[in-house]
Amino acid sequence: MTDNTQLAAVRARGIVKSFGTGDTQITVLKGIDLDIYLGELLLLVGESGGGKTTLLSAIAGILDINEGSIDVLGVPLSALPANKRTRFRGQTMGFIYQQFNLLPALTAAENVAVPLLIQKVGRAEALRRARVMLNRVGLGDRMDFLPKSLSGGQQQRVAIARALVNEPRLLICDEPTAALDGPNGQKIMELLREVGRSSDRCVIVVTHDSRIFHFGDRMANLTDGRITNIERIQREGSA
Amino acid sequence: MNYVALKMLFGDRAKYLMLLCGLTFCVMLIVQQGSIFWGLMMWSQANISNLNVPIWVTDPGIAQVDEVKPLASTAVDRVRSVDGVEWAVPLYRGVLRARLTNGDYHQITMTGLESATLIGRPAEVLEGRFEDILQPDAVVVDQWAVERMGGPTVVRVGTIFELNDKLARVVAIAKTQKSFTNIPVVYTTYERAIRYVPHERRSLSYVLAKAKDGIPVEDVIHRIRAETGLGAFTEEDFGIKTYMWVLKNTGIGINFGTTILLGFIVGMAIAGQTFYLFTIENLRQFGALKAMGASTFTLARMILLQAFTVGLAGYGVGIGLATVFGYLTASGGQLPFAETWQLLLLVLVALLVICTFSALISIIKLARLEPASVFR
Ligand SMILES: Nc1ncnc2c1ncn2[C@@H]1O[C@H](COP(=O)(O)OP(=O)(O)O)[C@@H](O)[C@H]1O
Ligand SMILES: [Mg+2]
Repeated sequence: MTDNTQLAAVRARGIVKSFGTGDTQITVLKGIDLDIYLGELLLLVGESGGGKTTLLSAIAGILDINEGSIDVLGVPLSALPANKRTRFRGQTMGFIYQQFNLLPALTAAENVAVPLLIQKVGRAEALRRARVMLNRVGLGDRMDFLPKSLSGGQQQRVAIARALVNEPRLLICDEPTAALDGPNGQKIMELLREVGRSSDRCVIVVTHDSRIFHFGDRMANLTDGRITNIERIQREGSA
Repeated sequence: MNYVALKMLFGDRAKYLMLLCGLTFCVMLIVQQGSIFWGLMMWSQANISNLNVPIWVTDPGIAQVDEVKPLASTAVDRVRSVDGVEWAVPLYRGVLRARLTNGDYHQITMTGLESATLIGRPAEVLEGRFEDILQPDAVVVDQWAVERMGGPTVVRVGTIFELNDKLARVVAIAKTQKSFTNIPVVYTTYERAIRYVPHERRSLSYVLAKAKDGIPVEDVIHRIRAETGLGAFTEEDFGIKTYMWVLKNTGIGINFGTTILLGFIVGMAIAGQTFYLFTIENLRQFGALKAMGASTFTLARMILLQAFTVGLAGYGVGIGLATVFGYLTASGGQLPFAETWQLLLLVLVALLVICTFSALISIIKLARLEPASVFR
């Protein structure tokens, strides 16, 4: 990986974010500079309550920041009006949450189709593409199951299929393995690493699960509102 | 996304049924109360509608049909001489006591119809022939008289009772709309009616009239008023005047009005609240959709679709149940029940307004929702 800015999918500069006002005001992010490159899987670690989720939300453009600038794929988020930002997010980003956030009333395939439906793809076509994606994450035999009849690991795989169905360039994951046991967490990370390897995509994963650290290309440490250090992770056979 | 919205709505069957039950209950409550109220109003003017004549001529100071203010006997001829009047006939109406052979006394409304035409006679006769009313001492009673005075074993065709010590013989039983006071009606001829009642200076209660074909009723009514100085009303207006009087002067207006209004407000509040809670519980799901790029407009459309779908379903079921209830209770004539399309339309509009309103509140909440909250 180079620090050629041409390849930076996310370019964050001097991000400051506080919550509350007056005496109760807390500044969670105190000036964050961070680049995330295409083709990498970046781990974001740090103590609980340190502001990792806040930073993710800012990068996703779903939380307004007080200071600083964020460019995603060369587009300055702050320059986009809210509705354009929402559409931009739908087209370029995929999300994976700790709590999966699947719609309980929809089958696995329908859940995966939702981002396409939002982009106004026809239902039949959306479902077809959703099925392809579910096959890719190894859930070909669970297409028509409701989330409640899937295991946690399977639900998270549905969520990954959903996050990928739009072919997003930026995949944002907040503690994707926290609700899963060890082996399931490993499987999920293998899937995510595969996504990160593709040269026109990048994956950012917030975690404090040391068992999955080796899946990352780089690891950024968020402490006391600042990124204290970014280290390259050595692992065998990495790209 | 409409598909997703409907799946969200129907997917959680328990929640959907709760929601549907809430809305159904409200619609049923309002329609049922409203129909009973309207039924009562219909009953209050039964003594007008049962006669089915187009024009009622009254004392100018008349308040309502059951509070008779007698007219001078010349009134009939004066009305007949008004231009545009096709016919005008006298009507006697007064409350009397009937004494049965078993010794029971009952209050009855004596209705005396002009013998030549029998104008004002009930349309339907259940037993006997109405025309036999022309026989000596003959009277016709309505089915409520049978019911109130002891049932078909006590009052039937051929029964004899006394009205002010004068004989009356039942020759037929007529079918009428139950009246508000539920005082049995006894029909006889006008001429005989005034022989039954104790001597009064004036015995003409009303003049019933009809406008000539092709002449607007309103014109004729104005002319009757102007030329005779009497009161004149269409059947409908006299009915309205009567139930407005009932509303104002009995507790019914206040009591029933309050009940209905409360039922309406409470019902609608429950409906709105139920739906609002439904969306609030789904807020996280909507937040996830928002994070995935669904615009607030799209989400608003989804919520409105859900609101209208469940609203219309609740409306349909609620009206169905209210109608069944009305059919079961009103078929015996024990409870007034008049389900009018105006009421159904009003409830529909109110329900859609309240659904839209609670959907809007949810939408505002959703618009303010930080999609970032789905990370938590
Ligand atoms: N919407 C909010 N309003 C107020 N405080 C918030 C909000 N979101 C986050 N915080 C606060 O910001 C801090 C960082 O939170 P978060 O980004 O969730 O941390 P992490 O994901 O690293 O555990 C916490 O102290 C949290 O209480
Ligand atoms: Mg967090």
